[in-house]
Amino acid sequence: MQTDLIQEARRQAEICNACRYCEGYCSVFPALHANRAFTDGDITQLANLCHNCRGCYYACQYTAPHEFDLNLPAALAEVRRDSWESYAWPQPLARRFHTHGAAIVTALVVGFALLFAAIKMIGSAGGEGFYAALSHNAMVAIFAPAFLLPLASLGIGLRRYWHDVGGIGIRISHLTKAFGRAAKMKDLAAGHGDGCNFEDEDRFSQGRRHVHQAIMYGFLLCFASTSTATVMHYVFDMPAPYPLLSLPKLLGVVGGIILTLGCIGMIMLKRKSDPTLGDAKAWGGDMAFVALLGFVGFSGLALYALGASTAMPALLAIHLGAVLTFFLLTPFTKMAHGFYRLAALIRDAQRVS
Amino acid sequence: MTHYDIAVIGGGNAALCAAMTAAESGAKVLILETAPKAYRGGNSRHTRNFRCMHTGPLGPLVETYSEDEYFEDLLKVTKGKTNEALARLAIRTSEECLPWMQDHGVRFQPSLSGTLSLGRTNAFFMGGGKSLVNAYYRTADKLGVDVLYEAAVTHLELSENAVQWVDYTHEGKSHRITPKAVVVASGGFQADTDWLTRAWGPAAQNFLIRGTPYNRGIVLADLLEQGVSQVGDADQCHAVAIDGRAPKYDGGIVTRLDCVPFSIVVNKDAERFYDEGEDVWPKRYAIWGRLVAAQPDQVGHVVIDSKSIDLFMPSVFPPLKADTLEELAALMDIDGAKLKDTVETFNTACGDTSDFHPTELDGVATSGLSPAKTNWARPITDPPFYGYSLRTGVTFTYLGLKVDENAQCSTDTGPIKNLWAAGETMAGSILGQGYLAGYGMTIGTVFGRIAGREAAAYAN
Repeated sequence: MQTDLIQEARRQAEICNACRYCEGYCSVFPALHANRAFTDGDITQLANLCHNCRGCYYACQYTAPHEFDLNLPAALAEVRRDSWESYAWPQPLARRFHTHGAAIVTALVVGFALLFAAIKMIGSAGGEGFYAALSHNAMVAIFAPAFLLPLASLGIGLRRYWHDVGGIGIRISHLTKAFGRAAKMKDLAAGHGDGCNFEDEDRFSQGRRHVHQAIMYGFLLCFASTSTATVMHYVFDMPAPYPLLSLPKLLGVVGGIILTLGCIGMIMLKRKSDPTLGDAKAWGGDMAFVALLGFVGFSGLALYALGASTAMPALLAIHLGAVLTFFLLTPFTKMAHGFYRLAALIRDAQRVS
Repeated sequence: MTHYDIAVIGGGNAALCAAMTAAESGAKVLILETAPKAYRGGNSRHTRNFRCMHTGPLGPLVETYSEDEYFEDLLKVTKGKTNEALARLAIRTSEECLPWMQDHGVRFQPSLSGTLSLGRTNAFFMGGGKSLVNAYYRTADKLGVDVLYEAAVTHLELSENAVQWVDYTHEGKSHRITPKAVVVASGGFQADTDWLTRAWGPAAQNFLIRGTPYNRGIVLADLLEQGVSQVGDADQCHAVAIDGRAPKYDGGIVTRLDCVPFSIVVNKDAERFYDEGEDVWPKRYAIWGRLVAAQPDQVGHVVIDSKSIDLFMPSVFPPLKADTLEELAALMDIDGAKLKDTVETFNTACGDTSDFHPTELDGVATSGLSPAKTNWARPITDPPFYGYSLRTGVTFTYLGLKVDENAQCSTDTGPIKNLWAAGETMAGSILGQGYLAGYGMTIGTVFGRIAGREAAAYAN
């Protein structure tokens, strides 16, 4: 962990703790006010509780040019990203992507190339539908490890996080509370429910909360689509392709549309927002990540629309290449934040229970 | 150039309430705010709550708070130096203001941690006063109010009991406008150290200003020189004892110290000078500004021991810390032997401390000591010892414009037909001395709305 980032966040948190005007905005302040002094773990936990809604920045009497120079959303955003990088495993990959949008694009190109190569070299082995381009066994051989290895990596990082923030045994009540907050994204609504300050200075709006919900629920629908297809294939012996009126297709098409629109909306909002109130260094990396995620959704839709045409093998390579890149980069890009945020909300539920 | 019906001088709560009210009546309004946008809002940006009468649960407020109880609370702090008619008008009208504030974008939150005693009487703004100011600027903009930042009003030409024109500078140029009506809501003069010094003597050089550096009383002085009726004494102000390391201006809420009741406070000669445990801190913090101002070099030194360090809200700057009283005295730059002697004398006067209770008047008092400490008197014995310096922090001054129940200003020869005042610049019309938490915002909101209503009625 970078001690200068933690120290700056601690300096600011101590000023906040003597003020307390922002107590009603989000989960950060009640957690902050529960302490008199802040360990590195406390600061890391506060950083991961913060959703960067910026309400506290625009309400603050002590922002620059005031000599206290408070910018808590930015200070916590920097600690937050540093915490993901510090906990990530394996370390050589930890700091390659969050602050390097070009590296994410490069990884995407590599992902395309790998899938084109796989289709060319392995081929169909006599399958139908998409399996006419790449055999089912080949897909499993590529994507099972590409899915499971990042999860294992995240697990290692989260264990380190949990240790540092003093997490204890998790009870069902902690989970219900944390998942409830995450499902509604309450911390992006502010205590008064009017939303956050993002795309137009101090104007409260639900814009960011809604596009973020679109991304999250769109992604979860797509994930549910793949999961149901896996169950249908292995449990019910019903291999793809599936008709439109089937669970995988309904979930996937709806999810893909929501995910794509959500990512476009997020990029538009981010372009209007003030980068200095977030982790300015990670702006490019975050944008590239959102674009990648949106592209996963969009290319999936394109593949569905043109799956019967001659463009199918190329589209399949492009879509699966994007998915592969997305999965493999999960522990090392903004995607990690979802897991850490949830961990922080669970830890916070333990504090108040 | 747009012709404005009404010029509002100032950009804080009272000014915004006046501007929005007038704009809703159809008047074309210009706000002349002397601060840059980042510092707009005057002292309102540092406020946190609104004291509000209510006959039943209202917004974030629980139970009831009657007009009479509110007025009695006010009388206690002003020791009777109160204009009853205007005070009661402000109190009575506060109840209808709260929903009006919500309609104009203000959001409230439950009473802050550490302020539970105010949960019935004071409605806290979510995010504090700057968020209120932000919301009001947004609403004013929607209502068509124009705002000029860094627009410093230099003169209001008064003749025949009317304001003839308003001069101001903006972006290095002088401008003159001739609005039909003017609302002055530009605060007190506390940021003008020379003026404070004339009123207080050289001691004022050591005062800290808790709020905006832009309240220099320029418009107030200009109007008083032209014979506008004044009210209040120049040496009366809302002043509290704050952390001596606070910035000269704009330190705001975080510089307050809540440790006095658990301490002894000595002056630079290491002598105690007042009962630190006279009452619970929310009822006493406002007198300590004047107490410290009366000490040599206008400084006080708080001494506590490790028993008490966690009993009060955390301070923005860490306390001085030492293993012995002599070392602590050295950090405070006062006589170590003398401090030790003062502490030992105090400790000897302490009695049974078994009834000590940090949040209630516990009656744990000294005996045979002058001045006595009448509550929370526990010996200071357990190292490490902690210290803070106290200085006088001025919030706002009471010398101001005298107004009537319509917020209208006057001269000896009668009302000025197109001049109204609201907020701290006329708060002296109601408060003669002392202060009640959240009442400044009540005065600003109530009289801001009245001034806006009356100015619009005149201009239309």
